[in-house]
Amino acid sequence: MTGLPFLSLAIWVPILGGLLVLATGSDRNAPLARFLAMLVAIAGFLVTLPLYSQFDASTSAMQFVEILPWIPRFNINYHLGVDGISVLFILLNAFITIMVVIAGWQVIREKVAQYMAAFLIMSGLMNGIFSALDAVLFYTFFEASLIPLYLVIGIWGGANRVYAAIKFFLYTLLGSLLMLIALLYLFMEAGGSFNILDWHQLPLGMGPQTLIFWAFLIAFAVKVPMWPVHTWLPDAHVEAPTGGSVVLAAIALKLGAYGFLRFSLPIVPDAAQAMAPMMIALSLIAVIYIGFVALVQTDMKKLVAYSSISHMGFVTLGFFMFNTIGLEGALVQMISHGFVSGAMFLCIGVLYDRMHSRNIADYGGVVKVMPKFAAFFMLFAMANAGLPGTSGFVGEFMVVLGAVQFNFWVAFGAAITLILGAAYTLWMYKRVMFGVIGNNHVAQLNDIDGREFAFLGVLALCVLAMGLYPYPFTEVMHASVNELLRHVAVSKL
Amino acid sequence: MNFVIPDFYPAAAEIFVAVMALIVMMATTFARGIARGLAYYLTQATLVAAAFITIGTMDGEVTLTFSNMFISDLMGDFLKVMIYFTVAIALLYGRGYLADRNIDRPEYYLLTLLMTLGMMVMVTSNHMLSLYIGLEMMSLSLYGMVAFDRESARSTEAAMKYFVLGALASGLLLYGMSMVYGATGSLEFSGIAQSIYHQAANRTVLLFGVVFLVAGIAFKLGVVPFHMWVPDVYQGAPTAVTLMISSAPKLAAFAMTMRLLVYGLFELAEQWQSMLMFLAVLSIILGNFAAIAQSSIKRMLAYSGISHMGFVLLGLLSGVVEGDRHFALNAYSSAMFYAVSYVIMSLASFGMVILLSRAGFEAENIDDFKGLNKRSSWFAAMMMVVMFSMAGIPFFIGFFAKLAVLQAVVAAGYVWLAVLAVVMSVVGAYYYLRVVKVMYFDEPADSAPIRAPAEVRVMLSANGLAIAVLGLLPQGLMSVCAYALLASL
Repeated sequence: MTGLPFLSLAIWVPILGGLLVLATGSDRNAPLARFLAMLVAIAGFLVTLPLYSQFDASTSAMQFVEILPWIPRFNINYHLGVDGISVLFILLNAFITIMVVIAGWQVIREKVAQYMAAFLIMSGLMNGIFSALDAVLFYTFFEASLIPLYLVIGIWGGANRVYAAIKFFLYTLLGSLLMLIALLYLFMEAGGSFNILDWHQLPLGMGPQTLIFWAFLIAFAVKVPMWPVHTWLPDAHVEAPTGGSVVLAAIALKLGAYGFLRFSLPIVPDAAQAMAPMMIALSLIAVIYIGFVALVQTDMKKLVAYSSISHMGFVTLGFFMFNTIGLEGALVQMISHGFVSGAMFLCIGVLYDRMHSRNIADYGGVVKVMPKFAAFFMLFAMANAGLPGTSGFVGEFMVVLGAVQFNFWVAFGAAITLILGAAYTLWMYKRVMFGVIGNNHVAQLNDIDGREFAFLGVLALCVLAMGLYPYPFTEVMHASVNELLRHVAVSKL
Repeated sequence: MNFVIPDFYPAAAEIFVAVMALIVMMATTFARGIARGLAYYLTQATLVAAAFITIGTMDGEVTLTFSNMFISDLMGDFLKVMIYFTVAIALLYGRGYLADRNIDRPEYYLLTLLMTLGMMVMVTSNHMLSLYIGLEMMSLSLYGMVAFDRESARSTEAAMKYFVLGALASGLLLYGMSMVYGATGSLEFSGIAQSIYHQAANRTVLLFGVVFLVAGIAFKLGVVPFHMWVPDVYQGAPTAVTLMISSAPKLAAFAMTMRLLVYGLFELAEQWQSMLMFLAVLSIILGNFAAIAQSSIKRMLAYSGISHMGFVLLGLLSGVVEGDRHFALNAYSSAMFYAVSYVIMSLASFGMVILLSRAGFEAENIDDFKGLNKRSSWFAAMMMVVMFSMAGIPFFIGFFAKLAVLQAVVAAGYVWLAVLAVVMSVVGAYYYLRVVKVMYFDEPADSAPIRAPAEVRVMLSANGLAIAVLGLLPQGLMSVCAYALLASL
């Protein structure tokens, strides 16, 4: 495919734009910084649109490929490309970045330029992760994206932000450094190539496959996060500012799951098949146990954080059953979760900006003073619970269908979460929104303004559109998913 | 006996620096009024001119002269040029600091030039004696520089400690050299290699000697268990001198290791590799854990330097695998790339410490970086770049240095060593992150504006940006390192 290097633009427009925003300097120029950030975010989104409109859904091959030598000394290339699995995440990421900029518009008053720049640079780096086809390039983006998120949590976060930021950073760093060793080992085995697509074809014995699978598992499981290495996420979510939570939930959690699809399954298929029972067990634990944990939370953000872990359990469950509907369902769930969890955190942000509390007990009767907000929040809560007609339903339903094909009891376990999800989400909704007005602060709340209406409205449209007509999403991924499953079924031994 | 006039041409840079050192000494004696400025500018001019001479006389050939005591090759030329720049930048950063404390006397610059000359001799030695002379010249100058603030009891104590332990290490090294001489009958590195190759040497005596040589090298590199001097000297010395010790001498020590072990004792690679492995593992573990406990930024950077030197050793010990020498170039060039990268980062880190110091105030503790983002977001960003680079986070040069070395280690089959190194990197990341944390997450304790001469600001910014730019495009420096070693291996 000829034309502009859209993937490079998707990566570098936000990064260079972010540096430009950074250059506006002190808070005297805050309006300029906000305006510029908005412009960059929109430009960043626009350059990703051709990735969808010019995407050829009939092939599983990599598209929009760009390849340039980067470090010839180690045969490392600047090698980009997307297939049906990764392309949607780039669009989602660019879209969420706009939401984040709007969400931080008035709320962030200190070091505005640095805040906006951090999110823009992060957005570029994450596009890099989703489009890198060279392992070192992937790894550099993967690691570098920790820096802006670390700063965002640490500078603009809540009371316990320092602890959360460092925990987040070290946890994810430990995971990814072990992956680096696996990458170097594969580089040796492949005769000096860091090309991920070459690695897909590389024959490997069971012993190395198992070790590599574990190295990848640690890296990606921490990112997803899977039970039992999920403990950093609630801390990070609770302490992060709203924008940080949104990016964390909507995009950052997808990186680990994406890693499974790009690395673990195709590079070490035999180990992946062998480990599938364990992975399914871990996923089910996440789905059910974390669902119960979410039920007892008293902090809204923590509750949504645990619900994210539970939903991501669905995703990994869908991956390791190795059937088309399960895998596609998992991908749809990832996109949907990007919209829904992002929207949930934005809603909590709306409340937090007014009350400076995330405690469920501090609220009650909000519906009476904020009716418009209550309607949006209701929709997103329903989507989080997986109500038919919302995007949350499509993915979960497809994964459950895939599970029925695979094993009835797995499907049974997964289906429980539909009840649990409804329970914790709606119970929270009831305690926050309904009932008598709890205190004077709630009584004085103002309903959402135009800015808030805008971003919640756009997200509501996305959630509904994807719930009612998911075909445009599944169509794009279909060929790539089938090719992946075909590839995984062939043994490399 | 015929006296042959040696070929002076390959040693032009060394001769020039030696002459200039004498000129600086004489000129500043007679021009008392302007001595300090004159000494500084003459020294800088000397370093720049020496760089031109070295580059001008570089021919890519391996040339021996002075009865084979002196070798001129690409590795030597490259490291010498790096040393000039490192010393020049260190002087530039340190000048204001020294002036504030009234210790920017001409003798300081004289010692700097003599130290540089010592390092140049080390880098270009092809003989145990010339190596030892260069080493002592460098070390004695450094002892003097550490003690330069003679009113400070701490500096004097540090210098004393450095001197006593350094003398001990020199003794070990000399002892090892004599053993190797006894076993092989040669002091010249190529002669030693020949003798071992023809199995003419007594292996027991030889190996005994190698142990002492490695101990001496380990002391100069500052790796565990010969690291005890490092934190105390780094902390006690005036920061400008700490900057000097932590940068260029590491390159010289790397060159010494290459000359002694690779050029002289390559036949025994598997023996000294296992010794280096021991040193590397201990350094990486102890350096990183000890750094966590430090509240002084200078001590923290000292321990971090110990662990970085452990990484350099990781590269050096991956050269020969079961007699197979195919990996040697890759491994040694990775180690060299790591050493050069470390020096660039180390310059910037101590440069930042100097930037925060001013007359009557020593930036000494990590807490002195508190809230730097509020005081100067530009320099906070520079320090953040340095810290993330040292922690090995991309896109900074420190990551590619680690990548290159780990790649060599994995290629040599030591996967467990690579795993250990990366796990320790996570430990390391903790204390680097702590510096970023105090700069960005804490409120400033000190609201004094950052005042520094324009040239320091510009240079420090360039240094920080170099870490980022070399991280985006590391190919150039990597291939220079490989090319410099290609001719000699």
